[in-house]
Amino acid sequence: MSEMKDKLLEVNGLTMDFGGLRAVDTVSLNVCAGEIVALIGPNGAGKTTFFNCVTGIYKPTKGDVLVHPPEKKTQKINGFKSNRVTTIGMARTFQNIRLFQNMTVLENVMIGRHCRTTTSILGAVLRGSKTMRQERETVEKSYDLLEKVGLVKDADEFAKNLPYGAQRRLEIARAMATDPFLLLLDEPAAGMNPQETKDLDELIVRIRDMEKISILLIEHDMKLVMNISDRIYVMEYGKEIAQGAPMDIRNNPKVIEAYLGEESDA
Amino acid sequence: MVDNVKQSVLVALWFVFLTFPLMVVKVNTLNNIVEWRWMNMLWVAIGAFVLSIVWRWAMARRQLKNKKAEIGEEELTQAGLWQRSTEDPKIFKPVLTVIALVTLVFPLVVDIYQTNIMVLALIFVVLGLGLNVTVGLAGLLDLGYVAFFAVGAYTYGVLNSFFGFGFWISLPIGGLMGALFGIALGFPILRLRGDYLAIVTLGFGSIAKIVIENWEEVFNGAKGIANIPRPGFFGAEMSITSATVYTYYLMILMVVFAIFITNRLKDSRIGRAWMALREDEIACVAMGVDMARTKLGAYAFGAFWAGLAGVIFAARNTYINPNSFTFMESAIVLSIVVMGGMGSIVGVIIAALVLILTPEYLRAFAEYRMLMFGAVMVLMMIFRPEGLIANVRRKYAGRKVVTEDANV
Repeated sequence: MSEMKDKLLEVNGLTMDFGGLRAVDTVSLNVCAGEIVALIGPNGAGKTTFFNCVTGIYKPTKGDVLVHPPEKKTQKINGFKSNRVTTIGMARTFQNIRLFQNMTVLENVMIGRHCRTTTSILGAVLRGSKTMRQERETVEKSYDLLEKVGLVKDADEFAKNLPYGAQRRLEIARAMATDPFLLLLDEPAAGMNPQETKDLDELIVRIRDMEKISILLIEHDMKLVMNISDRIYVMEYGKEIAQGAPMDIRNNPKVIEAYLGEESDA
Repeated sequence: MVDNVKQSVLVALWFVFLTFPLMVVKVNTLNNIVEWRWMNMLWVAIGAFVLSIVWRWAMARRQLKNKKAEIGEEELTQAGLWQRSTEDPKIFKPVLTVIALVTLVFPLVVDIYQTNIMVLALIFVVLGLGLNVTVGLAGLLDLGYVAFFAVGAYTYGVLNSFFGFGFWISLPIGGLMGALFGIALGFPILRLRGDYLAIVTLGFGSIAKIVIENWEEVFNGAKGIANIPRPGFFGAEMSITSATVYTYYLMILMVVFAIFITNRLKDSRIGRAWMALREDEIACVAMGVDMARTKLGAYAFGAFWAGLAGVIFAARNTYINPNSFTFMESAIVLSIVVMGGMGSIVGVIIAALVLILTPEYLRAFAEYRMLMFGAVMVLMMIFRPEGLIANVRRKYAGRKVVTEDANV
């Protein structure tokens, strides 16, 4: 990967208050095209809150979230509803898997195509040629994505019947169905065994290289983070305490302190 | 098995003890003697014993099924009979033909009273199909659905008595008015979920009835609107009998129309968005689905059918008053949806016919009607919580098509 390329996501001084609690305190973060960026930190550091602010689930108290979609105008997306954020091209997964349990695996992915298709109620009833074409494309594209995450054979299974690791991969496929340029993964390896984590590791790199989708991920699994990230941001108590390449982060005393506690305490 | 018998004997004894003062002892105040009706005791014992055995058997069966479903064995056999009969054209076609023939001949062989009841049942089928979209697909619990039904009925009533509008013009207007009110109700409750949503819709249903009852100038209050014309047929004069039969065929057309449209919607982009909304709202919005639009669409679409059904209801009765639009009607329509199986079209139709027709034909047991209704609902929820016919998700033939396309 080459050095600094075009920025895709630019977050400046993002702050989020819940009443008197400052969950995220003036955090800035960039993701450039073709990068895998990791956001790490101890539990309760405000990583997921940061994600929620960026993807429109919360409206940030202060700060700017700017998106530079490739070949399109820059947009400030503070306070956009999350469906608009997704339509712009940033899709996410959730820390506690949020699949549509009682729909089939394929249908889960097809939902991701919703914002890229246009069939209305009337169109669905009349089933004109445009509707049928879109429907066919949706099915094909969804199967393609399932193939990429290795779930084609489970396409007609209910999402709730999938094993845990497969559910995580399905969430990624569903997010990819929205044609994003940036994928935000919230603890994709949580609860996975070492083998599954290794597969995921490969999948994420493949998504970046083959699909040309940049990735911002929150993760606790240090091995995965160190393996695949180009850059790492570290948060603690809502503040950003470090950023840099994996090697720098590994040796950063502040980070070690945040994770292991101060030396004098030991 | 021995255990079950032992338990059931205990249950029987316990019931004998409980009902002893009521069933066995009878004080005859005329002759000042106490009658001991030992036979009753025996009946109670036998009855309790048999019921207990059956109950235990059913419960054990259900547990076994749940266990199998957990392992994933049951899923295949479960969908079995029903799915096979809908997918295999060899079974499906003749069954459909028979049903079609019966529905066509029905009004010609039975008397007008039966036809009239059937029209009512079909109206509830349409209501059930409409609510099935709101509750079954989109997961928006609506306890005030009858309000939209009333909107439709009164649209026709008012338009007819004030402006002399006929049935055929009022029908689409009634449907659109229903949809409009659906959107109007939808806006303030977009953010509500679950229990809160249920309470607000319950309130809306009551408000609708109270407004109708008290706005004398327009709705004629509790007196209702009378002399509403039956559906016309190119201005032809019709006797009551032929008008009823005509309404019946109209209703059949309407049901077919409703099935056709809801079925198409179910497997479309919109239908999938509704289901996703039901499953997980946050994830659904995060996947790019516009929550407000989708929810309002579901409300409007459900209410549209209620509006249409309302117009036909007014035309069938030729008289409407607020008492036809109580919470009880909402509850029945909701029961139809729950009992039929959320999201399942065939299930809803069967449930509507059962729930509306049985009370009519059980007039002989009028006193026990509601008791049986309640008992059936309780048993349904215990033994088949997914409804009569569980909603089977569609399978999309895809992989083959894709590879062929790739070769081209």
